[in-house]
Amino acid sequence: MTNSIPEIEDADCIFIIGSNTSVAHPLIASRIYKAKAKGAKIIVADPRRIHVTSVADIHVRQKLGSDVALINGVMNVILSKGLHDKAFIEERTEGFEKLEQTLKNYPPEKASEITGVSPEDIEKIAIAFASSDKSTILYAMGITQHSHGVDNVKSLANLSMLTGKIGKPSCGVNPLRGQNNVQGACDMGGLPNVYPAYQVVTDENNRKKFEELWNTQLSSKVGFTIMEMMHGLEDGSIKGMVILGENPAGSDPDVKHVKHALEEAEFLAVIDIFLTDTAKIADVVFPGASFAEKDGTFSNTERNVLRIRKAINPPGEARPDWQIICDISTRFGLPMTYESPEEIFEEIALVTPSYAGLNYARLENGPIPWPCPTNDHPGTPILHKDRFTRGRGLFHALEYRPPEELADEEFPILLTTGRFFPHYHTGTMTHNSITLENEMSEGYIEIHPYDAKDIGLTSGENCKIVSRRGEVITKAVITDIVEPGTIFMSFHFMEANANVLTNPALDPICKIPEYKVCAVRVEKLEESNTPEIKAVISA
Amino acid sequence: MKIEYVRTTCPYCGCGCEMLLETVDGRITQTLPSKTNPMNQGKLCIKGWNVHEFVQSPRRLTRPLLKKDGVLQEASWDEALNFTASRLQEIKTKHGGDSMAFLSSAKCSNEENYLFQKFCRVGFGTNNVDHCARL
Repeated sequence: MTNSIPEIEDADCIFIIGSNTSVAHPLIASRIYKAKAKGAKIIVADPRRIHVTSVADIHVRQKLGSDVALINGVMNVILSKGLHDKAFIEERTEGFEKLEQTLKNYPPEKASEITGVSPEDIEKIAIAFASSDKSTILYAMGITQHSHGVDNVKSLANLSMLTGKIGKPSCGVNPLRGQNNVQGACDMGGLPNVYPAYQVVTDENNRKKFEELWNTQLSSKVGFTIMEMMHGLEDGSIKGMVILGENPAGSDPDVKHVKHALEEAEFLAVIDIFLTDTAKIADVVFPGASFAEKDGTFSNTERNVLRIRKAINPPGEARPDWQIICDISTRFGLPMTYESPEEIFEEIALVTPSYAGLNYARLENGPIPWPCPTNDHPGTPILHKDRFTRGRGLFHALEYRPPEELADEEFPILLTTGRFFPHYHTGTMTHNSITLENEMSEGYIEIHPYDAKDIGLTSGENCKIVSRRGEVITKAVITDIVEPGTIFMSFHFMEANANVLTNPALDPICKIPEYKVCAVRVEKLEESNTPEIKAVISA
Repeated sequence: MKIEYVRTTCPYCGCGCEMLLETVDGRITQTLPSKTNPMNQGKLCIKGWNVHEFVQSPRRLTRPLLKKDGVLQEASWDEALNFTASRLQEIKTKHGGDSMAFLSSAKCSNEENYLFQKFCRVGFGTNNVDHCARL
């Protein structure tokens, strides 16, 4: 996030797009409600009638994957009404002329044709966002998990810069991170193209610096992303894999294919706290420690670095994961002799400029947001205040591109995926929590009454969902949360996992898979099953 | 009886809610929200309130597992670590460091992520390290 979470409640306008906030980030949703109570305008752009739409002043249901056209349409109106921030554009940005040119192709009527959102609503969004003093954008995987996810994010950055709503309190472009430490894993260089603090591996100076620090020779070649690793296992270029606390056999698109790839590995080691579907395939599984059984730090979605502290011992012979990595590395012939997570953190601060001023003693007083370059620096809750990281903010002139897979005769319905409130990701943790499992012990699809009627489904009845990748059987819940022609499903339930169906088409730049749109067919099962009536009217 | 309250951070979503784990004689008895953290201000969601349940699940892994005759079986740490180290050495020698891939974790700590990518980059001379940021 460019801004901090508490700032959200003081915004005058909150534009939520591709984030089911109350389900995936409940404590951020509570800030939205507070802002609403203080008089903020709430705009929600989401194909589903999610819970947060109940406080929305404007809710639009754009067609799946049409976000670039929607935002371009909004920006077209902002320009034509002269609501853009001319001073900000002049002083802080570049590339405006090209953007202006491209936006001419997206008058509200044209954007409406692509998105299914009325020209009036597009205009309303433009006026509300641009004419409010403090306007903030909140987004999540509904924006990123597309074959044009990078374009979607850049479009939101365009909107924010065009209206000068960045680098100021309660403004900004704010991705809501779905996992506790996805920010930290990126910061620490858990990525194939960068060392810690996003220092690119192809830059010779960066490489030399890390070669000196680590006393080694490093590769100048960008590594494989997760999906490329899976392809590598299949074509034989990858022989072995070590997986730390992840479950790609449940979380990756087209899981049938992923499981097959993992089985191809000559050697697969997994470190985890449960025997996940991925661990079941491994040659060796090491029992790790949960967050409650070790010291360390997490970095949350607002870049706050927070301590975790050991409360209890790990069960049985389980060990903290950092110790397991040290043990493997040492026996492999690369001795790692760290005594504690604090000692590791001291090395992190040494090689990570944005963490340079952080240490455990300082974090004892509470979280500090990076960048925090020196010991007396208070941390940075708001990014891009006086300048952007690259100097001037760059506008990207972007054209709408449709999703890779569209509905056709054979697969006439679009599937989109997400989370349900009591569960989390592949359910490794939440299915092992009795309270949460009691809230929801099986998955289902949400299907609109019109489609259910066409297919002949009753609410609660099992049905079969088929895509080009595979098929699953699960319950149908008939609801107007989804629009006709669209179904929704989660990937929490391994016995009926949406990722059997999802499309592994990738964004060409960041290689994110298109989880949010794929074409499916819903079939009534031939064998009759006793329907269990479950009334779900709306979110 | 020893009762302690340990301040820590929730492991679910990216909000970063701080919480107190109440322990009685080495077992967590309940989870309470931190009232001083400016983010969650004394609140937690349903997942946070029940976070101790998965931690103390009887299904937790407690011993290393090693595949023998096609089946994962309990093994000693020494056995599992030595097997892993020798397989990694074999693959590196035979096929080169770029034939290994490492999947780091958004569920693990910064310290663990840092060590893991360092192990990959220094131990194998490859940048084949990624995590589920995109998933």
